[in-house]
Amino acid sequence: MINDFFKEAFFGGAALSLIAYELGLILKRRFRSAIFNPILIAVICVIAVLTILDIDYDSYNESAKYISYLLTPATVCLALPLYEELELLKKNLSAVVCGIVAGVIAGMGGVLVLSQTFRLDHIQYVTLLPKSVTTAIGMGISEELGGVATITVAVIIITGIFGNIFADLIFSACKVKEPVAKGIALGTCSHAIGTARAMEMGEAEGAMSSLAIAVAGILTAAGAPMFAGFM
Amino acid sequence: MKYLKQLMIILVISFAGEILNELLPLPVPAGIYGLLILLACLSTGALKTADIRECAKFLVEIMPVMFVPAAVGLMDMGEELEDMLLALVVMIPVTTAFGIAVTGLVTQTVIRRGKRDDK
Repeated sequence: MINDFFKEAFFGGAALSLIAYELGLILKRRFRSAIFNPILIAVICVIAVLTILDIDYDSYNESAKYISYLLTPATVCLALPLYEELELLKKNLSAVVCGIVAGVIAGMGGVLVLSQTFRLDHIQYVTLLPKSVTTAIGMGISEELGGVATITVAVIIITGIFGNIFADLIFSACKVKEPVAKGIALGTCSHAIGTARAMEMGEAEGAMSSLAIAVAGILTAAGAPMFAGFM
Repeated sequence: MKYLKQLMIILVISFAGEILNELLPLPVPAGIYGLLILLACLSTGALKTADIRECAKFLVEIMPVMFVPAAVGLMDMGEELEDMLLALVVMIPVTTAFGIAVTGLVTQTVIRRGKRDDK
């Protein structure tokens, strides 16, 4: 019955998503630990509520999809922080280009090596190949190469959340301190979800991360067919 | 009417991005085309940051929430993911951490080399 009501109601799923995210923000402020990641907490809470109340994902998404509807305009708006840091980009252009190219090759190379280690088949390999790029580009690449697009989307989201949570730890372990380097790394390896973390770190990080999503996405689209031939 | 006009500009550019996505045979999503269009408009002075600022800041700020519905979709994908579970549990963290480390270090090294040369 709740399921039916949820399906009919326009704002249930959207409201639930925002409440869960707000809860995530409160927990994060309170405990200041990377594990209390607002996106991760929101996802866990929503899944818990849907499971307990026996609501289908489709009924939930009937309302919640309108939140995602704004994703394209929001991506467009990433141009604003990027424009405001354009001088910083011009000054560091060669570093930015080298970093993104290295990151794209390292990401796909890593998938290649581990796919061989785990003896995945070709379909599984190409499904994982575009895991670091933004969903819209990654789905397209996966389909093009004969992968399973739905699994690619799942993997892309998990990759983004992982980057969002663990980037700080990785940066301090590797002594990466330059804001530009942090932003480029987050955008290249964990797309828009990583960029959300970069925006919290600072303006320079956020701007560079936004730029890296676009450039890394296009480079991956260009390079993935070649990598697909390796296994 | 400031916010309405800002929203209008952003939606028009988003739509222009969708048109390019439809017309051009490249694997570039509409949002990325739109980002490039907006960046070009701001750089050439066709638009000023004041024309979009508040609305753009709002959309960028709420962007993380927009990934929640898709991520919740993972709850229905248990079976599909099961086959590759072990591989995924190891591969996603390892390759992502490796990628972040390599990208960060390469970028930082080139930046610092440039700074040293300036001195």
